[in-house]
Amino acid sequence: MSKKVVVLAESREGALRNVSFEAIAAGKKISDGGEVVSVLIGSQVSGLADELFAYGADKVVTVEDAKLEQYSSDGYAQALLAVIEQESPEGLVFGHTALGKDLSPKIAGRLNSGLVSDVTSIEDGPVFIRPIYSGKAFEKKVIKDGLTFITIRPNNIAPLEKEEGRSGEVSSVSVDIKDLRTIIKDVVRKATDGVDLSEAKVIVAGGRGVKSEEGFEPLKELADLLGGAVGASRGACDADYCDYSLQIGQTGKVVTPDLYIACGISGAIQHMAGMSNSKVIVAINKDPEANIFKVADYGIVGDLFEVVPLLIEEFKKVKVS
Amino acid sequence: MNIYVLMKRTFDTEEKISVQGGKIAEDGAEFIINPYDEYAIEEAIQLRDEHGGEVTVVSVGNEETEKQLRTALAMGADKAVLVNVEDDLDETDQFTTAKILAEYLKDKEADLIIGGNVAIDGGSGQVGPRVAEQLNIPYVTTITSIKIEGDTVTIVRDVEGDSETIETSLPLLVTAQQGLNDPRYPSLPGIMKAKKKPLDELELDDLDLEEEDVEPKTETVEIYLPPAKEAGRILEGDVDAQVRELVDLLRKEAKVI
Repeated sequence: MSKKVVVLAESREGALRNVSFEAIAAGKKISDGGEVVSVLIGSQVSGLADELFAYGADKVVTVEDAKLEQYSSDGYAQALLAVIEQESPEGLVFGHTALGKDLSPKIAGRLNSGLVSDVTSIEDGPVFIRPIYSGKAFEKKVIKDGLTFITIRPNNIAPLEKEEGRSGEVSSVSVDIKDLRTIIKDVVRKATDGVDLSEAKVIVAGGRGVKSEEGFEPLKELADLLGGAVGASRGACDADYCDYSLQIGQTGKVVTPDLYIACGISGAIQHMAGMSNSKVIVAINKDPEANIFKVADYGIVGDLFEVVPLLIEEFKKVKVS
Repeated sequence: MNIYVLMKRTFDTEEKISVQGGKIAEDGAEFIINPYDEYAIEEAIQLRDEHGGEVTVVSVGNEETEKQLRTALAMGADKAVLVNVEDDLDETDQFTTAKILAEYLKDKEADLIIGGNVAIDGGSGQVGPRVAEQLNIPYVTTITSIKIEGDTVTIVRDVEGDSETIETSLPLLVTAQQGLNDPRYPSLPGIMKAKKKPLDELELDDLDLEEEDVEPKTETVEIYLPPAKEAGRILEGDVDAQVRELVDLLRKEAKVI
Protein backbone atom coordinates (compact mmCIF):
# COMPACT_ATOMS: atom_id res chain seq x y z
CA MET A 1 0.00 0.00 0.00
CA SER A 2 1.40 3.35 -0.91
CA LYS A 3 2.34 5.75 1.82
CA LYS A 4 3.07 9.42 2.19
CA VAL A 5 6.60 10.00 3.45
CA VAL A 6 8.06 13.23 4.82
CA VAL A 7 11.84 13.55 4.43
CA LEU A 8 14.05 16.21 6.01
CA ALA A 9 16.38 18.18 3.75
CA GLU A 10 19.57 19.46 5.35
CA SER A 11 21.62 22.35 4.13
CA ARG A 12 24.94 23.76 5.16
CA GLU A 13 26.12 27.23 4.24
CA GLY A 14 23.37 27.61 1.69
CA ALA A 15 23.90 24.29 -0.10
CA LEU A 16 21.94 21.08 0.29
CA ARG A 17 23.82 18.16 1.79
CA ASN A 18 23.89 14.95 -0.22
CA VAL A 19 22.04 13.11 2.49
CA SER A 20 18.96 15.20 1.60
CA PHE A 21 18.83 13.46 -1.79
CA GLU A 22 19.58 10.07 -0.26
CA ALA A 23 16.64 10.63 2.11
CA ILE A 24 14.36 11.27 -0.88
CA ALA A 25 15.48 7.94 -2.40
CA ALA A 26 14.85 6.18 0.93
CA GLY A 27 11.47 7.93 1.16
CA LYS A 28 10.54 6.69 -2.34
CA LYS A 29 11.38 3.15 -1.36
CA ILE A 30 9.24 3.32 1.80
CA SER A 31 6.40 5.18 0.04
CA ASP A 32 5.90 2.31 -2.40
CA GLY A 33 4.57 4.58 -5.09
CA GLY A 34 3.18 7.20 -2.70
CA GLU A 35 4.16 10.83 -2.29
CA VAL A 36 7.53 12.02 -0.96
CA VAL A 37 7.41 15.43 0.70
CA SER A 38 10.75 17.12 1.32
CA VAL A 39 10.92 19.61 4.18
CA LEU A 40 13.23 22.63 4.16
CA ILE A 41 13.78 24.39 7.48
CA GLY A 42 15.79 27.58 7.94
CA SER A 43 15.71 31.32 7.52
CA GLN A 44 15.96 31.58 3.72
CA VAL A 45 15.80 28.16 2.16
CA SER A 46 13.01 28.11 -0.42
CA GLY A 47 15.52 28.64 -3.24
CA LEU A 48 16.75 25.10 -2.66
CA ALA A 49 13.42 23.50 -3.62
CA ASP A 50 14.27 23.01 -7.33
CA GLU A 51 17.18 20.75 -6.54
CA LEU A 52 14.97 18.60 -4.30
CA PHE A 53 12.47 18.17 -7.15
CA ALA A 54 15.32 17.26 -9.51
CA TYR A 55 16.27 14.46 -7.12
CA GLY A 56 12.74 13.08 -6.92
CA ALA A 57 10.75 15.04 -4.31
CA ASP A 58 7.06 15.24 -5.24
CA LYS A 59 6.34 18.19 -3.03
CA VAL A 60 8.43 20.63 -0.97
CA VAL A 61 7.25 22.24 2.25
CA THR A 62 9.26 25.11 3.68
CA VAL A 63 9.29 26.47 7.22
CA GLU A 64 11.12 29.80 7.31
CA ASP A 65 11.80 31.89 10.38
CA ALA A 66 14.76 33.96 11.53
CA LYS A 67 14.83 31.81 14.69
CA LEU A 68 15.47 28.75 12.51
CA GLU A 69 18.65 30.12 10.96
CA GLN A 70 20.63 28.00 13.40
CA TYR A 71 19.62 24.54 14.47
CA SER A 72 18.04 24.02 17.86
CA SER A 73 16.19 20.88 18.87
CA ASP A 74 13.26 22.91 20.17
CA GLY A 75 12.96 25.17 17.10
CA TYR A 76 13.33 22.41 14.54
CA ALA A 77 10.95 20.14 16.47
CA GLN A 78 8.27 22.87 16.47
CA ALA A 79 8.75 23.35 12.72
CA LEU A 80 8.66 19.64 11.90
CA LEU A 81 5.75 18.81 14.15
CA ALA A 82 3.72 21.53 12.38
CA VAL A 83 4.58 19.98 9.00
CA ILE A 84 3.75 16.50 10.29
CA GLU A 85 0.42 17.73 11.56
CA GLN A 86 -0.40 19.28 8.20
CA GLU A 87 0.81 16.39 6.03
CA SER A 88 -0.11 13.40 8.28
CA PRO A 89 2.62 11.20 6.81
CA GLU A 90 2.94 7.47 7.38
CA GLY A 91 6.72 7.62 7.02
CA LEU A 92 9.51 9.95 8.17
CA VAL A 93 13.16 9.95 7.05
CA PHE A 94 16.06 12.04 8.41
CA GLY A 95 19.78 11.75 7.75
CA HIS A 96 21.79 10.11 10.53
CA THR A 97 23.85 13.29 10.75
CA ALA A 98 24.66 15.35 13.84
CA LEU A 99 21.37 17.16 13.32
CA GLY A 100 19.33 14.04 12.56
CA LYS A 101 20.80 12.13 15.51
CA ASP A 102 19.99 15.01 17.85
CA LEU A 103 16.48 15.71 16.56
CA SER A 104 14.99 12.32 15.61
CA PRO A 105 14.67 10.81 19.13
CA LYS A 106 12.90 13.95 20.34
CA ILE A 107 10.35 13.72 17.53
CA ALA A 108 9.93 9.97 18.11
CA GLY A 109 9.52 10.62 21.84
CA ARG A 110 6.89 13.28 21.22
CA LEU A 111 4.95 11.12 18.74
CA ASN A 112 5.38 8.02 20.91
CA SER A 113 6.70 6.21 17.86
CA GLY A 114 9.40 3.71 17.06
CA LEU A 115 12.56 4.86 15.32
CA VAL A 116 15.12 2.78 13.46
CA SER A 117 18.37 4.76 13.46
CA ASP A 118 21.39 4.62 11.19
CA VAL A 119 19.86 2.55 8.39
CA THR A 120 22.30 1.56 5.63
CA SER A 121 19.94 -0.32 3.34
CA ILE A 122 16.20 -0.88 2.82
CA GLU A 123 14.55 -4.09 1.60
CA ASP A 124 10.94 -4.62 0.56
CA GLY A 125 8.51 -4.68 3.44
CA PRO A 126 10.04 -2.32 4.36
CA VAL A 127 12.77 -4.11 6.28
CA PHE A 128 15.61 -1.91 7.49
CA ILE A 129 19.21 -3.04 7.70
CA ARG A 130 21.50 -1.32 10.16
CA PRO A 131 24.93 -2.03 11.62
CA ILE A 132 25.24 -2.98 15.27
CA TYR A 133 28.42 -3.26 17.34
CA SER A 134 29.77 -0.57 14.97
CA GLY A 135 29.50 -2.82 11.95
CA LYS A 136 30.79 -6.03 13.53
CA ALA A 137 27.26 -7.35 12.90
CA PHE A 138 24.05 -6.23 11.19
CA GLU A 139 20.40 -6.42 12.16
CA LYS A 140 17.21 -6.35 10.15
CA LYS A 141 14.45 -4.35 11.78
CA VAL A 142 10.79 -3.71 11.14
CA ILE A 143 8.48 -1.16 12.71
CA LYS A 144 5.59 -3.00 14.30
CA ASP A 145 2.96 -0.31 14.06
CA GLY A 146 2.56 3.42 13.81
CA LEU A 147 4.85 5.80 11.96
CA THR A 148 7.66 4.31 9.83
CA PHE A 149 10.45 6.53 11.13
CA ILE A 150 14.11 6.02 10.21
CA THR A 151 17.39 7.88 9.97
CA ILE A 152 19.77 6.90 7.16
CA ARG A 153 23.54 6.79 7.33
CA PRO A 154 25.05 9.20 4.78
CA ASN A 155 26.81 7.67 1.76
CA ASN A 156 24.97 4.34 1.80
CA ILE A 157 21.64 4.73 0.02
CA ALA A 158 22.15 6.01 -3.51
CA PRO A 159 20.19 9.11 -4.54
CA LEU A 160 17.85 8.85 -7.53
CA GLU A 161 19.18 10.03 -10.84
CA LYS A 162 18.99 13.80 -11.14
CA GLU A 163 16.30 15.00 -13.53
CA GLU A 164 16.79 18.70 -14.35
CA GLY A 165 13.64 20.71 -14.87
CA ARG A 166 11.43 18.38 -12.83
CA SER A 167 9.13 20.45 -10.64
CA GLY A 168 6.31 20.24 -8.15
CA GLU A 169 4.27 22.09 -5.60
CA VAL A 170 6.02 24.27 -3.03
CA SER A 171 4.07 25.30 0.02
CA SER A 172 5.07 26.99 3.23
CA VAL A 173 4.00 26.42 6.79
CA SER A 174 4.25 29.30 9.20
CA VAL A 175 5.07 28.42 12.77
CA ASP A 176 5.41 30.68 15.77
CA ILE A 177 8.85 29.50 16.91
CA LYS A 178 9.20 30.18 20.63
CA ASP A 179 10.64 29.05 23.96
CA LEU A 180 14.00 27.90 22.62
CA ARG A 181 15.67 26.40 25.67
CA THR A 182 19.13 25.90 24.15
CA ILE A 183 20.84 28.79 22.37
CA ILE A 184 23.92 28.56 20.16
CA LYS A 185 26.32 31.31 21.24
CA ASP A 186 29.29 30.48 19.06
CA VAL A 187 30.47 28.00 16.45
CA VAL A 188 34.14 27.18 15.86
CA ARG A 189 34.63 25.31 12.62
CA LYS A 190 37.31 22.70 12.97
CA ALA A 191 36.63 20.45 9.99
CA THR A 192 39.02 21.11 7.12
CA ASP A 193 37.46 22.47 3.92
CA GLY A 194 34.03 21.43 5.16
CA VAL A 195 34.64 17.78 4.25
CA ASP A 196 33.06 15.88 7.09
CA LEU A 197 34.41 12.47 8.02
CA SER A 198 31.03 10.76 7.91
CA GLU A 199 30.29 12.06 4.41
CA ALA A 200 33.82 12.00 2.94
CA LYS A 201 34.30 9.87 -0.18
CA VAL A 202 37.99 9.53 0.60
CA ILE A 203 39.56 9.23 4.05
CA VAL A 204 43.27 9.21 4.79
CA ALA A 205 43.73 7.93 8.33
CA GLY A 206 46.79 7.79 10.55
CA GLY A 207 47.67 5.61 13.52
CA ARG A 208 50.48 5.37 16.02
CA GLY A 209 52.88 4.97 13.09
CA VAL A 210 52.37 8.65 12.28
CA LYS A 211 54.45 9.34 15.41
CA SER A 212 53.58 13.02 16.00
CA GLU A 213 51.22 15.88 15.25
CA GLU A 214 53.52 16.98 12.41
CA GLY A 215 53.41 13.44 11.08
CA PHE A 216 49.80 14.08 10.03
CA GLU A 217 50.89 16.81 7.56
CA PRO A 218 51.56 14.51 4.58
CA LEU A 219 48.28 12.69 5.28
CA LYS A 220 46.43 15.98 5.21
CA GLU A 221 48.12 16.95 1.96
CA LEU A 222 47.04 13.64 0.39
CA ALA A 223 43.48 14.02 1.71
CA ASP A 224 43.24 17.58 0.35
CA LEU A 225 44.52 16.44 -3.03
CA LEU A 226 41.83 13.76 -3.22
CA GLY A 227 39.07 16.01 -1.85
CA GLY A 228 38.86 13.86 1.26
CA ALA A 229 39.14 14.10 5.01
CA VAL A 230 41.73 13.03 7.58
CA GLY A 231 40.89 10.44 10.22
CA ALA A 232 42.80 8.68 12.97
CA SER A 233 42.93 5.57 15.12
CA ARG A 234 42.41 5.62 18.88
CA GLY A 235 46.14 5.05 19.30
CA ALA A 236 46.94 8.30 17.48
CA CYS A 237 44.29 10.23 19.44
CA ASP A 238 45.36 8.82 22.81
CA ALA A 239 48.95 9.81 21.99
CA ASP A 240 47.71 13.39 21.34
CA TYR A 241 48.83 13.43 17.71
CA CYS A 242 45.40 14.69 16.74
CA ASP A 243 42.01 15.70 18.04
CA TYR A 244 39.48 13.12 19.26
CA SER A 245 36.99 14.41 16.71
CA LEU A 246 39.05 12.57 14.08
CA GLN A 247 38.84 9.18 15.79
CA ILE A 248 37.45 6.32 13.75
CA GLY A 249 36.40 3.10 15.46
CA GLN A 250 33.90 1.57 17.82
CA THR A 251 34.49 4.53 20.07
CA GLY A 252 34.63 7.41 17.62
CA LYS A 253 33.13 7.60 14.17
CA VAL A 254 32.02 4.77 11.93
CA VAL A 255 32.78 5.59 8.31
CA THR A 256 32.07 4.03 4.92
CA PRO A 257 33.96 6.05 2.29
CA ASP A 258 34.68 4.87 -1.25
CA LEU A 259 38.39 4.85 -0.45
CA TYR A 260 40.05 4.45 2.96
CA ILE A 261 43.82 4.81 3.11
CA ALA A 262 45.16 3.54 6.45
CA CYS A 263 48.66 4.83 7.20
CA GLY A 264 50.63 3.37 10.08
CA ILE A 265 47.51 1.75 11.56
CA SER A 266 47.96 -1.75 12.93
CA GLY A 267 44.27 -2.66 12.83
CA ALA A 268 42.94 -3.18 16.36
CA ILE A 269 39.46 -4.75 16.43
CA GLN A 270 38.02 -1.54 17.80
CA HIS A 271 39.41 0.49 14.87
CA MET A 272 38.40 -2.02 12.20
CA ALA A 273 34.82 -1.92 13.46
CA GLY A 274 34.75 1.71 12.37
CA MET A 275 36.12 1.38 8.85
CA SER A 276 36.01 -2.19 7.54
CA ASN A 277 32.83 -1.53 5.56
CA SER A 278 34.62 1.07 3.42
CA LYS A 279 34.34 0.20 -0.27
CA VAL A 280 38.08 0.04 -0.98
CA ILE A 281 40.76 -0.12 1.69
CA VAL A 282 44.43 0.63 1.18
CA ALA A 283 46.88 -0.18 3.97
CA ILE A 284 50.36 1.24 4.30
CA ASN A 285 52.31 -0.26 7.18
CA LYS A 286 55.88 -1.24 7.96
CA ASP A 287 54.81 -4.47 9.65
CA PRO A 288 53.80 -7.11 7.08
CA GLU A 289 51.97 -9.01 9.87
CA ALA A 290 49.74 -6.04 10.77
CA ASN A 291 46.05 -6.97 11.09
CA ILE A 292 45.03 -4.12 8.83
CA PHE A 293 46.30 -6.08 5.81
CA LYS A 294 43.60 -8.68 6.49
CA VAL A 295 40.86 -6.25 5.50
CA ALA A 296 42.84 -4.23 2.95
CA ASP A 297 42.14 -4.57 -0.77
CA TYR A 298 45.61 -3.28 -1.55
CA GLY A 299 48.58 -3.23 0.76
CA ILE A 300 52.00 -1.64 0.64
CA VAL A 301 54.52 -2.87 3.18
CA GLY A 302 56.66 0.17 3.80
CA ASP A 303 57.32 3.37 5.70
CA LEU A 304 54.39 5.74 5.40
CA PHE A 305 56.76 8.73 5.40
CA GLU A 306 58.30 7.36 2.23
CA VAL A 307 55.14 6.02 0.60
CA VAL A 308 52.69 8.87 1.24
CA PRO A 309 54.81 11.63 -0.41
CA LEU A 310 55.34 9.34 -3.41
CA LEU A 311 51.60 8.75 -3.56
CA ILE A 312 51.00 12.50 -3.53
CA GLU A 313 53.41 12.94 -6.46
CA GLU A 314 51.84 10.11 -8.41
CA PHE A 315 48.28 11.37 -7.88
CA LYS A 316 49.39 14.86 -8.96
CA LYS A 317 50.82 13.43 -12.20
CA VAL A 318 47.62 11.50 -12.87
CA LYS A 319 45.47 14.54 -12.18
CA VAL A 320 47.45 16.66 -14.65
CA SER A 321 47.34 14.11 -17.43
CA MET B 1 23.09 19.20 42.89
CA ASN B 2 20.99 16.14 42.22
CA ILE B 3 22.72 14.30 39.37
CA TYR B 4 21.56 11.12 37.64
CA VAL B 5 23.66 9.10 35.20
CA LEU B 6 22.12 6.76 32.62
CA MET B 7 24.37 3.72 32.18
CA LYS B 8 24.36 0.66 29.93
CA ARG B 9 26.31 -2.55 30.22
CA THR B 10 27.90 -3.44 26.88
CA PHE B 11 30.31 -5.87 25.22
CA ASP B 12 33.97 -4.97 25.55
CA THR B 13 35.16 -3.16 22.40
CA GLU B 14 37.89 -5.74 21.88
CA GLU B 15 35.38 -8.62 21.76
CA LYS B 16 34.75 -10.41 18.49
CA ILE B 17 31.07 -10.86 17.76
CA SER B 18 29.44 -14.16 16.83
CA VAL B 19 25.81 -15.10 16.25
CA GLN B 20 24.16 -18.15 17.78
CA GLY B 21 20.51 -19.07 17.34
CA GLY B 22 19.73 -15.69 15.81
CA LYS B 23 21.22 -13.76 18.72
CA ILE B 24 24.59 -12.29 19.57
CA ALA B 25 26.45 -14.99 21.51
CA GLU B 26 27.30 -13.73 25.00
CA ASP B 27 29.04 -16.82 26.37
CA GLY B 28 32.40 -15.96 27.85
CA ALA B 29 32.32 -12.39 26.54
CA GLU B 30 33.75 -9.57 28.65
CA PHE B 31 31.29 -6.84 29.55
CA ILE B 32 32.08 -3.26 30.42
CA ILE B 33 30.38 0.04 31.17
CA ASN B 34 29.52 1.53 27.78
CA PRO B 35 32.60 3.74 27.17
CA TYR B 36 30.53 6.88 26.53
CA ASP B 37 28.68 6.30 29.81
CA GLU B 38 32.06 6.19 31.58
CA TYR B 39 32.59 9.81 30.51
CA ALA B 40 29.12 10.56 31.89
CA ILE B 41 29.93 8.98 35.26
CA GLU B 42 33.26 10.81 35.50
CA GLU B 43 31.67 14.16 34.66
CA ALA B 44 28.91 13.60 37.20
CA ILE B 45 31.47 12.89 39.92
CA GLN B 46 33.51 16.00 39.04
CA LEU B 47 30.41 18.22 39.01
CA ARG B 48 29.28 16.82 42.37
CA ASP B 49 32.72 17.45 43.84
CA GLU B 50 32.56 21.04 42.57
CA HIS B 51 28.93 21.87 43.38
CA GLY B 52 28.00 19.38 46.10
CA GLY B 53 25.07 16.99 45.95
CA GLU B 54 24.73 13.39 44.98
CA VAL B 55 25.33 11.13 41.97
CA THR B 56 22.93 8.25 41.28
CA VAL B 57 23.72 5.83 38.45
CA VAL B 58 20.68 4.17 36.86
CA SER B 59 20.65 1.23 34.48
CA VAL B 60 17.95 -0.82 32.78
CA GLY B 61 19.35 -4.31 32.54
CA ASN B 62 19.60 -7.70 34.17
CA GLU B 63 21.20 -9.13 37.27
CA GLU B 64 24.63 -9.10 35.60
CA THR B 65 24.44 -5.31 35.34
CA GLU B 66 25.11 -5.08 39.10
CA LYS B 67 28.78 -5.58 38.35
CA GLN B 68 29.03 -2.46 36.16
CA LEU B 69 26.93 -0.49 38.67
CA ARG B 70 29.37 -1.50 41.43
CA THR B 71 32.21 -0.27 39.22
CA ALA B 72 30.43 3.09 38.88
CA LEU B 73 30.07 3.23 42.68
CA ALA B 74 33.76 2.39 43.01
CA MET B 75 34.61 5.28 40.69
CA GLY B 76 32.80 7.56 43.15
CA ALA B 77 29.06 7.59 42.44
CA ASP B 78 26.94 7.66 45.61
CA LYS B 79 24.03 5.38 44.74
CA ALA B 80 23.05 2.93 42.07
CA VAL B 81 19.67 1.77 40.81
CA LEU B 82 19.07 -1.27 38.66
CA VAL B 83 15.75 -1.62 36.89
CA ASN B 84 15.85 -5.35 36.30
CA VAL B 85 13.67 -6.27 33.33
CA GLU B 86 15.02 -9.79 32.87
CA ASP B 87 11.87 -11.55 34.06
CA ASP B 88 9.35 -9.12 32.59
CA LEU B 89 10.53 -8.40 29.06
CA ASP B 90 11.75 -10.58 26.21
CA GLU B 91 12.31 -7.79 23.73
CA THR B 92 13.12 -4.16 24.34
CA ASP B 93 13.93 -1.22 22.12
CA GLN B 94 14.89 2.41 22.67
CA PHE B 95 11.26 3.34 23.28
CA THR B 96 11.10 0.72 26.05
CA THR B 97 14.29 1.80 27.78
CA ALA B 98 13.48 5.51 27.57
CA LYS B 99 9.97 4.97 28.89
CA ILE B 100 11.25 3.01 31.90
CA LEU B 101 13.97 5.56 32.67
CA ALA B 102 11.57 8.50 32.33
CA GLU B 103 9.06 6.78 34.60
CA TYR B 104 11.79 6.25 37.19
CA LEU B 105 13.11 9.81 36.91
CA LYS B 106 9.84 11.75 36.74
CA ASP B 107 9.54 12.45 40.47
CA LYS B 108 13.25 12.56 41.32
CA GLU B 109 13.70 16.32 40.76
CA ALA B 110 16.98 15.74 38.95
CA ASP B 111 18.96 18.90 38.25
CA LEU B 112 21.15 17.21 35.72
CA ILE B 113 20.92 13.89 33.88
CA ILE B 114 24.01 12.66 32.01
CA GLY B 115 24.28 9.73 29.62
CA GLY B 116 26.64 8.59 26.91
CA ASN B 117 25.79 9.97 23.47
CA VAL B 118 25.55 6.46 22.06
CA ALA B 119 25.97 2.87 23.21
CA ILE B 120 28.60 0.95 21.29
CA ASP B 121 26.35 -2.10 20.84
CA GLY B 122 22.98 -0.86 19.52
CA GLY B 123 24.42 2.41 18.33
CA SER B 124 21.14 4.33 18.09
CA GLY B 125 21.82 7.22 20.44
CA GLN B 126 18.08 7.62 21.04
CA VAL B 127 17.55 7.01 24.74
CA GLY B 128 18.96 10.29 26.15
CA PRO B 129 16.90 12.72 24.02
CA ARG B 130 13.81 10.49 24.33
CA VAL B 131 14.06 10.63 28.14
CA ALA B 132 14.50 14.43 28.06
CA GLU B 133 11.47 14.80 25.81
CA GLN B 134 9.35 12.66 28.13
CA LEU B 135 10.49 14.64 31.16
CA ASN B 136 9.94 17.86 29.18
CA ILE B 137 13.43 19.21 29.90
CA PRO B 138 15.99 20.53 27.40
CA TYR B 139 18.90 18.39 26.25
CA VAL B 140 22.25 18.84 24.56
CA THR B 141 23.96 15.89 22.86
CA THR B 142 27.65 15.03 22.22
CA ILE B 143 29.07 17.48 24.74
CA THR B 144 32.80 17.98 25.25
CA SER B 145 32.60 20.51 28.10
CA ILE B 146 30.05 21.72 30.65
CA LYS B 147 30.17 24.63 33.11
CA ILE B 148 27.42 25.36 35.59
CA GLU B 149 26.94 28.71 37.32
CA GLY B 150 23.72 28.93 39.28
CA ASP B 151 21.02 27.85 36.86
CA THR B 152 23.00 28.86 33.79
CA VAL B 153 24.81 26.12 31.94
CA THR B 154 27.43 26.71 29.26
CA ILE B 155 28.24 23.73 27.09
CA VAL B 156 30.56 23.00 24.21
CA ARG B 157 29.31 20.27 21.90
CA ASP B 158 30.95 18.43 19.04
CA VAL B 159 29.05 18.72 15.77
CA GLU B 160 30.83 16.66 13.14
CA GLY B 161 34.15 18.20 14.11
CA ASP B 162 32.88 21.74 14.68
CA SER B 163 32.50 23.07 18.24
CA GLU B 164 29.25 24.75 19.19
CA THR B 165 28.97 26.76 22.38
CA ILE B 166 25.47 26.42 23.82
CA GLU B 167 23.79 28.31 26.62
CA THR B 168 20.96 26.64 28.47
CA SER B 169 19.66 26.08 31.99
CA LEU B 170 18.88 23.44 34.60
CA PRO B 171 17.15 21.04 34.80
CA LEU B 172 18.89 19.53 31.81
CA LEU B 173 19.91 16.28 30.14
CA VAL B 174 23.25 16.02 28.34
CA THR B 175 25.02 13.20 26.51
CA ALA B 176 28.77 12.75 26.65
CA GLN B 177 31.14 12.74 23.69
CA GLN B 178 34.69 11.49 23.74
CA GLY B 179 37.04 14.23 24.94
CA LEU B 180 34.73 15.36 27.78
CA ASN B 181 37.18 14.04 30.40
CA ASP B 182 39.49 11.15 31.24
CA PRO B 183 37.47 8.66 33.27
CA ARG B 184 39.25 7.53 36.43
CA TYR B 185 39.95 3.93 37.31
CA PRO B 186 38.32 2.77 40.53
CA SER B 187 40.83 2.95 43.40
CA LEU B 188 41.20 0.14 45.92
CA PRO B 189 39.57 2.18 48.73
CA GLY B 190 36.90 3.12 46.18
CA ILE B 191 36.20 -0.54 45.50
CA MET B 192 35.98 -1.27 49.25
CA LYS B 193 33.60 1.64 49.83
CA ALA B 194 31.46 0.65 46.86
CA LYS B 195 30.51 -2.59 48.58
CA LYS B 196 28.67 -0.63 51.26
CA LYS B 197 26.99 1.91 48.99
CA PRO B 198 23.27 1.44 48.24
CA LEU B 199 22.36 -0.48 45.08
CA ASP B 200 18.58 -0.68 44.76
CA GLU B 201 16.89 -3.13 42.50
CA LEU B 202 13.50 -2.34 40.97
CA GLU B 203 11.17 -4.13 38.62
CA LEU B 204 8.49 -2.77 36.29
CA ASP B 205 5.91 -3.29 39.04
CA ASP B 206 7.74 -0.89 41.34
CA LEU B 207 7.39 1.80 38.67
CA ASP B 208 3.69 1.06 38.15
CA LEU B 209 4.43 -0.03 34.61
CA GLU B 210 2.77 -2.92 32.81
CA GLU B 211 4.49 -4.88 30.09
CA GLU B 212 2.21 -3.42 27.42
CA ASP B 213 3.15 0.15 28.49
CA VAL B 214 6.72 -0.48 27.40
CA GLU B 215 6.16 -2.89 24.53
CA PRO B 216 8.78 -2.14 21.87
CA LYS B 217 7.68 -0.29 18.74
CA THR B 218 10.25 -2.02 16.58
CA GLU B 219 11.24 -5.62 16.13
CA THR B 220 14.54 -7.24 15.22
CA VAL B 221 13.81 -9.95 12.66
CA GLU B 222 17.36 -11.08 11.95
CA ILE B 223 20.92 -10.61 13.17
CA TYR B 224 23.82 -11.62 10.95
CA LEU B 225 27.52 -11.11 10.48
CA PRO B 226 28.89 -9.25 7.46
CA PRO B 227 30.63 -11.48 4.92
CA ALA B 228 34.25 -11.91 5.96
CA LYS B 229 36.40 -9.60 3.94
CA GLU B 230 39.03 -11.45 1.97
CA ALA B 231 42.55 -10.24 2.34
CA GLY B 232 43.56 -8.28 -0.73
CA ARG B 233 46.75 -7.94 -2.58
CA ILE B 234 50.10 -6.96 -1.08
CA LEU B 235 51.95 -5.11 -3.79
CA GLU B 236 55.53 -6.01 -4.64
CA GLY B 237 58.59 -4.48 -6.22
CA ASP B 238 60.40 -1.30 -5.25
CA VAL B 239 58.43 1.43 -3.53
CA ASP B 240 58.15 3.64 -6.62
CA ALA B 241 56.73 0.78 -8.64
CA GLN B 242 54.29 -0.14 -5.87
CA VAL B 243 52.99 3.40 -5.63
CA ARG B 244 52.52 3.61 -9.40
CA GLU B 245 50.73 0.27 -9.42
CA LEU B 246 48.50 1.31 -6.52
CA VAL B 247 47.38 4.52 -8.19
CA ASP B 248 46.76 2.58 -11.39
CA LEU B 249 44.69 -0.06 -9.54
CA LEU B 250 42.64 2.56 -7.72
CA ARG B 251 41.81 4.24 -11.02
CA LYS B 252 41.28 1.27 -13.30
CA GLU B 253 40.36 -1.73 -11.15
CA ALA B 254 38.70 -0.25 -8.08
CA LYS B 255 37.58 2.89 -9.97
CA VAL B 256 37.43 5.02 -6.84
CA ILE B 257 39.65 7.87 -8.04
